[in-house]
Amino acid sequence: MTTTPLPPTGPFAEAFEETADAGGEPGRQRRLSRLERRAIATKGRLSSPWASFAAILIAILWTIPSIGLLVTSFRPELDIRRSGWWTVFGGLFNGEAEFTLDNYDQALFGSGANLATYFVNSFVITIPAVIIPITIALLAAYAFAWIDFKGRNLLFVAVFALQIVPLQVALVPLLRDYVSAGVAGSFWTVWLSHSIFGLPLAIFLLHNFMKDIPASLVEAARVDGAGHVKIFFRVLLPLLVPAIAAFGIFQFLWVWNDLLVGLTFASPNSRPLTVAVAEMAGSRGGDWHVLTAGAFISMVVPLIVFISLQRYFVRGLLAGSVKG
Amino acid sequence: MDWLTSASSVGEKFALMFLAIALFVVVMGAILFLVDRPSRVPRWVVAAAFAGPALLLLAWGLVRPAVLTLWNSFFDKRGNEFIGVDNYTRVLTGGQFQSVLTNTAIWVILVPIASTLIGLVYAVLVDRTRFEKLAKALVFIPMAISMVGASIIWKFVYEFKPDQPGVKQTGLLNQVLVWVGLEPQQFLINSPWNTVFLIVVMVWIQTGFAMTVLSAAIKAIPDDIVEAARLDGLGGMRMFRYITVPSIRPALVVVLTTIAIGTLKVFDIVRTMTGGQFDTQVIANEFYTQAFRQNNQGLSAALAVILFILVIPIVVYNVRQLRKSEEIR
Repeated sequence: MTTTPLPPTGPFAEAFEETADAGGEPGRQRRLSRLERRAIATKGRLSSPWASFAAILIAILWTIPSIGLLVTSFRPELDIRRSGWWTVFGGLFNGEAEFTLDNYDQALFGSGANLATYFVNSFVITIPAVIIPITIALLAAYAFAWIDFKGRNLLFVAVFALQIVPLQVALVPLLRDYVSAGVAGSFWTVWLSHSIFGLPLAIFLLHNFMKDIPASLVEAARVDGAGHVKIFFRVLLPLLVPAIAAFGIFQFLWVWNDLLVGLTFASPNSRPLTVAVAEMAGSRGGDWHVLTAGAFISMVVPLIVFISLQRYFVRGLLAGSVKG
Repeated sequence: MDWLTSASSVGEKFALMFLAIALFVVVMGAILFLVDRPSRVPRWVVAAAFAGPALLLLAWGLVRPAVLTLWNSFFDKRGNEFIGVDNYTRVLTGGQFQSVLTNTAIWVILVPIASTLIGLVYAVLVDRTRFEKLAKALVFIPMAISMVGASIIWKFVYEFKPDQPGVKQTGLLNQVLVWVGLEPQQFLINSPWNTVFLIVVMVWIQTGFAMTVLSAAIKAIPDDIVEAARLDGLGGMRMFRYITVPSIRPALVVVLTTIAIGTLKVFDIVRTMTGGQFDTQVIANEFYTQAFRQNNQGLSAALAVILFILVIPIVVYNVRQLRKSEEIR
């Protein structure tokens, strides 16, 4: 299994690289000029009006629903009931469009919604639910990659296979155990469940990255008398930072956005934002002013994480899905 | 020590969080410290210290519950009486579950095909253009948000107001219908099309995934092949059909199967948008209803097992296709 390298950022980055090391070896020069030719040819194809039209249409279709939600969340309650959000664009010119932060105030602190509490819960749930599985998976991935023990391959295949088990098969028995242990509804159960459910993918991904590290590095450290613990911390961990970041974002988004685990294991006191917002959508489905603001509050953090760390996310995505 | 299990204030919650992390670090640190003696500790002890925690957690929290669920699926509502495969026959032949199974099948067929098709076309269209980065980000962003959030976004698009004078539509889709002179529709209520409108939400989310993976695969096609095909006079659609698609076949299989598996397990969208009413129920949401609303232990267990069984052929197909493409290589 190999990981696919990140896609290049486009013809411009490459063209820039070319000028940067102009006078490099001729082979590289030729490859780049061919790439350029291809880029020009592709551009020729895109200048076909239908292709451009299709691309722009898809981009618009994918963006407009979110814009509608965002715009609505800033409109006064009465306006939301009376007219569509697109009317604000006309209103901008004649000065009739009104904007307010009331919806956010009501969603965060209003007695019916109180999302500020659940915002805290989402953080409290997510941070340990990211740190714990990554740490445990790193150690396990190291064992599967670099410690020779009996039954290693069999166990690794078993862990790999667990990736396809749907969470649903584990929920009810786990919940029963938590109830009989008297810890049901506490943060502990949510952390533990998320950690367990994240492990198979984490071990698989990190193992792939770990296998890519040259064996000579590990051997050299071993010759110097380093034990497995030292090799793990001194040699491998620094090289694995991108991989850890990649899986970290994965797990962060998965836990923050999860509904099923939160719904099953968390109590009203410890429930995350997703559960609270989903509840709101059920009970106050017509209150679009609170609902749009609430939905946007639940999206802010993952959007920031996602946009700022997109590079790592894409790398993790490609490593996890493209096996070849 | 009440706050250990029911922290209620913000301070208590964060204190509990740091306590949990500290506890975890101490335990793991102690384990590693004990085996950190290169020659004196046998190798299997070191291996157990590294892999043990993960294996124990998986065995306790995933394998054991899965076996228990399988066992429970042969028992009745309360879990007292052995009833053989009755739960399964009820799901597979009972009248009320027919639409659940049909809907799930529609989801699992439509979502992967639509997402992959749109993602592929879009990836090809924006490949190596000036706006590639921005264009990709626009389609990619729905992947970052929760399905609950996505459902609310789309529920608002589908919002319906009765068609009376003086009442304006506030949902975009119905307004579009009014603009072109049609009557507004209750998109989420009118069966069977409401399932399709729910599927749109999942396609909206998954297209970004398909596009990213396929775009990387397209960029990995060797330039010589493209060049040779171009010299042979291939261009536009035929280039797409005879060069691009065959070259990225393995990536296509992975994308299709990954999305199919994800779709099979999805319940957030159905639950948030219709709650499974109006003939939109799917297996994953029916499982939740039976397990935690109806408290029907046996039936919910059977539904979970069916979900698991349905994943297997998709994975087998995936593995076989990948083997095949490796042989060709």
